Amino acid sequence: MTNQTGLSGLVDRAALVTPPVVARRVRGLSERAIAWLFITPTMLLLLAINIFPLIWTIRLSFTNYRANRPNAAVLDVGLANYQSILTDPDVWAAMTVTARFVFWSILIQTMLGFTLAWLIDKKFRGHGLWTTLILLPMMLSPAVVGNFWTFLYQPQTGLFNYVVSAVTGAPASSFQMLAQVPLAPWAIVIVDTWMWTPYVMLICLAGLRSIPDYIYEAAEVDRASPWRQFWSITLPMALPFIMLAVLFRGIENFKMFDMVNLLTGGGPGSTTEVASITLKREAFEKWRTGYSSAFAIILFVTVFGLANIYVKALNRVKSR
Amino acid sequence: MTGLVSAHSVVDPSPQVKRIAAFVVIGYALITLVPLLWIVMTGFKSPSDAIAYPPKIVAEPTVEGYCNLFTTRTRQAPEYMAKLPPAAGMCDRISRERNMVIAGPSNYIPRYVNSLVIAFGSTALSIVLGTLAAYAFSRFKVPLKDDLLFFILSTRMMPPIAVAIPIYLMYRELGLSDTKLGMILLYTSVNISLAVWLLKGFMDEIPREYEEAAMVDGYTRLQAFFKVVLPQATTGIVATAIFCLIFAWNEYAFAVLLTSGTAQTAPPFIPIIIGEGGQDWPAVAAGTTLFLIPIVVFTVVLRKHLLRGITFGAVRK
Repeated sequence: MTNQTGLSGLVDRAALVTPPVVARRVRGLSERAIAWLFITPTMLLLLAINIFPLIWTIRLSFTNYRANRPNAAVLDVGLANYQSILTDPDVWAAMTVTARFVFWSILIQTMLGFTLAWLIDKKFRGHGLWTTLILLPMMLSPAVVGNFWTFLYQPQTGLFNYVVSAVTGAPASSFQMLAQVPLAPWAIVIVDTWMWTPYVMLICLAGLRSIPDYIYEAAEVDRASPWRQFWSITLPMALPFIMLAVLFRGIENFKMFDMVNLLTGGGPGSTTEVASITLKREAFEKWRTGYSSAFAIILFVTVFGLANIYVKALNRVKSR
Repeated sequence: MTGLVSAHSVVDPSPQVKRIAAFVVIGYALITLVPLLWIVMTGFKSPSDAIAYPPKIVAEPTVEGYCNLFTTRTRQAPEYMAKLPPAAGMCDRISRERNMVIAGPSNYIPRYVNSLVIAFGSTALSIVLGTLAAYAFSRFKVPLKDDLLFFILSTRMMPPIAVAIPIYLMYRELGLSDTKLGMILLYTSVNISLAVWLLKGFMDEIPREYEEAAMVDGYTRLQAFFKVVLPQATTGIVATAIFCLIFAWNEYAFAVLLTSGTAQTAPPFIPIIIGEGGQDWPAVAAGTTLFLIPIVVFTVVLRKHLLRGITFGAVRK
């Protein structure tokens, strides 16, 4: 963590690389002073509220500190927290639940989102208005709207159960989306898909619109079939954008907390207990601050590592 | 295929394809709007109509949900009710029909005001700090810039709960727990990485020649920034502000863990609105509707800016 020292050197060097001729001609504050003045407030805020807490978390993760007992003696426990997390079957269960949730939600959203973007790109009349309407769910608070989905999922009287029973013929009271072990994970995937498909759609749309018309015109001259055009032009050229949407959604869903907390709270049992819910229980219900700090660091390193590997793959696709 | 005789260009899809595309997209849009419509409708139902089976699409409209949202009520004995003066207003009358007396205002309005103060406060701060930093990053060739920007972004990969642990301890020490200032600073720190990132992109698009010309004319660098660069960057600043505002308005995880009383925002409050015997769904729906309205209006009115902001990150990267 050498950011503090790196920062002061940084602004000095920033001033150095500015052409001296321009700098001398300017009256008032020097370039160097302005660079300082403009960057420092942001860096101070980030140091205070992002970087300092991160260092504190790392420090706490090697102790047995409990936030609800501030006066108890704090012992250094070395790597014991990390060891017990990595050997805890409950933690591995939570990671499996998270991985399953990320996989299925992203798979469905990507296929649906890309299809919608591809259809909207056909530029039918009024597509702008309908695109805006499709966007609405992703603009709204996941917590507030997610909470309302528990009402739609009510076993007897919920609208969701009613529609499903009208379509399939199964009685509306015969299944409980949020309380049955096989259904609860899907209840969350459905709400997440409803909410975030528009986001994938938008990024895919940006990708499709970035393909220049002349490529299609050339393909048309060569009498390539629409099927062939789709597989050899549309999909490969939109692929970096699709992968980017997957990256952004993957990171978000790995951290998923609000919707799951309100829909199922991790239940029934621990079928939908994603990593963030476990973390909340350890940190703010059992008050095992040291232990949960270690868990937080492990999660951070996992996302960071996976995202880095993925970005490398993405860059390889882009440079093709 | 469509051939050269048709009026539209080679790459323009045929009318038939357009019709199918329109049919599927409009169908999807209508289905995804049903839950939102249902929220608005439930807000105007009576508690018994809201949980009727089969679900009632048409119900006698009532403002009971809104009355329950804004007030707290107590159940009273019929003898006591009989001695009361006549009901003073519509909500008073509705609650008396259920043998209840209005005891006072609920916490919804203070929570909503908290949401407004914290969302606008943190957005203003993010934009001011973000614009300055983005300008410096854009115009002065800062070494280590890419590493620094990536590091700033990577803090967003932390699950909010993980960040909340040290913030909780730090705020407890500093007396910032459950204060609006604490939440404004926290949301600003989350938003500022996005703000710097987006704004730097917008600043990069403004030609340097503009300020250089102004500086040759005798402006100082600061004057050039305020009088030449800022007006040019307005569109980008608006797009960025919308994003910061939506994030802060919708945020739940930090709010539920770090606020409980005076600084609590609406998202953690709405799910715990309860009536007698469980959740008061019409009141929850009413609270949800009022909470969603500003964002729906924003989305529809400012959609051009929004689309630019969302796709911007993807296109630039």
